[in-house]
Amino acid sequence: MSTQPRLVEVRQNVLKQNDLLARSLRERFREAGVRVVSLVSSPGSGKTALLEKMLTLLQSQYHVAALVGDLATENDAARLARSGAAVRQISTGTICHLDAQMIERALEEWKLDELDLLFIENVGNLVCPSSYDLGEDLRLVLLSVTEGEDKPLKYPTIFNTADVCVITKMDLADAVEFEATAAHNNIQSVRPGMGVFEVSAKTGAGMDELLRFLSARIAKSEEV
Amino acid sequence: MHELSIAISMIEMAAEEAVRRGGVQVHAIHLKLGQLSGVVREALLFSYEVACAGTPLEGSSLIIEEVPVVVYCQICHLETALDSLQKFCCGSCGALTSEVVRGKELEVVALEING
Repeated sequence: MSTQPRLVEVRQNVLKQNDLLARSLRERFREAGVRVVSLVSSPGSGKTALLEKMLTLLQSQYHVAALVGDLATENDAARLARSGAAVRQISTGTICHLDAQMIERALEEWKLDELDLLFIENVGNLVCPSSYDLGEDLRLVLLSVTEGEDKPLKYPTIFNTADVCVITKMDLADAVEFEATAAHNNIQSVRPGMGVFEVSAKTGAGMDELLRFLSARIAKSEEV
Repeated sequence: MHELSIAISMIEMAAEEAVRRGGVQVHAIHLKLGQLSGVVREALLFSYEVACAGTPLEGSSLIIEEVPVVVYCQICHLETALDSLQKFCCGSCGALTSEVVRGKELEVVALEING
């Protein structure tokens, strides 16, 4: 037996466990007929405000629920519960992102087939969540007008791995001299072809269009 | 800073593989790291060293091969590497394209072992 080091081929995806679990979650969601939408953004860009608005507006038509990831507090879950939707908090402790296992655990005892739409609010972070598949159908990335138009260029990975971009806090656009054209160009530069919605959760502007888009997605899942 | 948990997963994977191969010593892990994997090379190297302490892989090294992002252009029917992550476009005609062919890898490809 040789004592010289030798190279052996392994070929294993480091996130294999997460990806396998995410795949099985996606299958469970599909069988239960529930569409799953995740939200990612930097801290303070308005995920919870947008989610609260969406839950409130969608409640009359659909069975909606939300899982909310947060490092420590349960403030977001308490805030979202006011909408009347089923909400569960995932406290991640010091972990900067949600992973598929956290989702699976949080869904225990939930009757998925009673739901039409499940939102997953990730921890506020534009870096780490991009690596983890949660089994969602659609990943929404938020960009608030107060963050600056070049955010997509600074965090291309998270924008590139998202499916839809929502520009939030549009009611503040004038006050912060938000340059919409530059923002749209930057988004298209890192994720060509991505659909973009401009909304204000506060005034409700633009919400109709976003909700119509989500409703169309739900209808599509019911056809399957 | 999810690099630490990624480093721990890699070390566990390599340690299991070492046991499966009859308790060999792992000297190095070879990793393919895509520029679009969401993992930062420097943070991963730092985390690796920290996470190795007290495990059978203590003293081993992490050898990273970075994989550039390669996109496919439907107009030119060409695959080209991106010059910059800030612009997803064809390296030949410059048209925007979102078809990523490579660059999301986070894959252990080989282990250097003794025995």
